[in-house]
Amino acid sequence: MNILNEMKIQFMSKSVNEGFARTAVSAFIAQLDPTINEIADIRTAVSEAVTNCVVHGYRGTIGTIEICVRILEGNEVYIKIKDKGCGIPDIKQAMEPLFTTAAHEERAGLGFAVMESFMDKLIVRSKVNSGTTIIMRKKLTSCGD
Amino acid sequence: MSVKLIVGSEKITAILSGEIDHHSAKGIREKIDSAILENHPQELILNFSQVSFMDSSGIGLIIGRFKVMQEVDGKVTIEGASQQITKVMRLSGIDRLATIKN
Repeated sequence: MNILNEMKIQFMSKSVNEGFARTAVSAFIAQLDPTINEIADIRTAVSEAVTNCVVHGYRGTIGTIEICVRILEGNEVYIKIKDKGCGIPDIKQAMEPLFTTAAHEERAGLGFAVMESFMDKLIVRSKVNSGTTIIMRKKLTSCGD
Repeated sequence: MSVKLIVGSEKITAILSGEIDHHSAKGIREKIDSAILENHPQELILNFSQVSFMDSSGIGLIIGRFKVMQEVDGKVTIEGASQQITKVMRLSGIDRLATIKN
């Protein structure tokens, strides 16, 4: 698949950067002239993924979060979000709706369910003590240049 | 993100505004909870009409307030949520805990 455009950012895993991350990604994707609903879906999915890095990946510590966004041929958006945090021991369990390891912090356990439902594709790769990478894709109905 | 509370004799209306995420949810819940525990209302109305963004951290916020309202035998009503916010709410099944009005 041809890459038509690409951007990469990295930032510290501070919760204040959750808003920065979703805004940065949506600003880059704006060139595809997405619908309001498409941009809302992507903003929400990115917010969930980055929150996972902050709350779970780097729990109580500060590390680096990397985001790579690509615009692919055929109006498709590719988003990779990577941390070098604690990793997920059981991905299948982590992806079950309502499963959370942080219920006392009022985490709903819906992060992966939102990503799966709001994007077309979600891939999760993780290694304990090494980190987690998630890749999401979404085809937009718009027809920007 | 901010919250404005209108405290009546039987109900509390919390008018939320801005973006609700993990970062901003913390401060809001403390404000709402102290008003609930002080006033023991029968109903907590969460008004989302000025909320421009919400991810699943907002669901955690609603479930948490639902639990506090259960302690005082009260109910939770959600109003004014945008299409994007309603989509997150429906996915979570929160409509089984709280009444969602448009």
